[in-house]
Amino acid sequence: MKEISNTVRVRFPALSENESVARVITTGFLMHQGVTPAALADIKTVVSEAVTNAIVHGYRGRDGARCPVFLELTMYADRTLVVKVRDKGRGIEDIEKAMQPFFTTDREGERSGMGLPIMDAFTDQMKITSSPAGTRVVMKKRLP
Amino acid sequence: MKATTANCGEDLVVRVLGDVDHHTSVGLREEIDRQLAASAPRRLVLDLSGTEFMDSSGLGLILGRYRKAQEAGCELVLLRPTSAILRILHLAGVDGMLTIRQEKGGQV
Repeated sequence: MKEISNTVRVRFPALSENESVARVITTGFLMHQGVTPAALADIKTVVSEAVTNAIVHGYRGRDGARCPVFLELTMYADRTLVVKVRDKGRGIEDIEKAMQPFFTTDREGERSGMGLPIMDAFTDQMKITSSPAGTRVVMKKRLP
Repeated sequence: MKATTANCGEDLVVRVLGDVDHHTSVGLREEIDRQLAASAPRRLVLDLSGTEFMDSSGLGLILGRYRKAQEAGCELVLLRPTSAILRILHLAGVDGMLTIRQEKGGQV
């Protein structure tokens, strides 16, 4: 996995309209990699989930225009894709609890509580590190 | 995201086009609920054949409309969801409780 084929890093404000921007960047990054439509759909979904979590939960109650979200996509020569999404928000209080299907802290917003379980299911490996200074999600998926 | 609504007999048909994510789901939810309250249909049909993307925010919207429809005494029908949407419904374990139709030509 050591040899990098391509990588892109972007930083954008935590505004909900940037959820689709993150997906467009992801699609553009993967379109030259011969990725199957199903794999592309999975990757777009996990990027969307992670970015939405940063915007909705990480920066809850804050002016998103002043809060950065970092997205990094790296493709390795062995076709392992690594997706990193980072924020400087409030962090996740209990990661284990947040991983449980249908757990949400935002019932009024009709959040399904399936974001993290979907990210976990759609990738081969997921690691979350979180503190009151922010959250970092790293997901790996070997592409066909 | 764009949604068109039509009253077809006793059905309220909402055609959801484009992406359903956290950003777009709020407006879509309000529009569906407004139409649902105004028309009191027998069935609320969400036509997902033109939905290009949906994540867990869309799942939240569907489950929320399922509850709203139940409260209103009508049935929620998902029409022609894409394979990616079906994958999310299945992963959440809710595909069995929802009415899903794959008929073409606008028939439910």
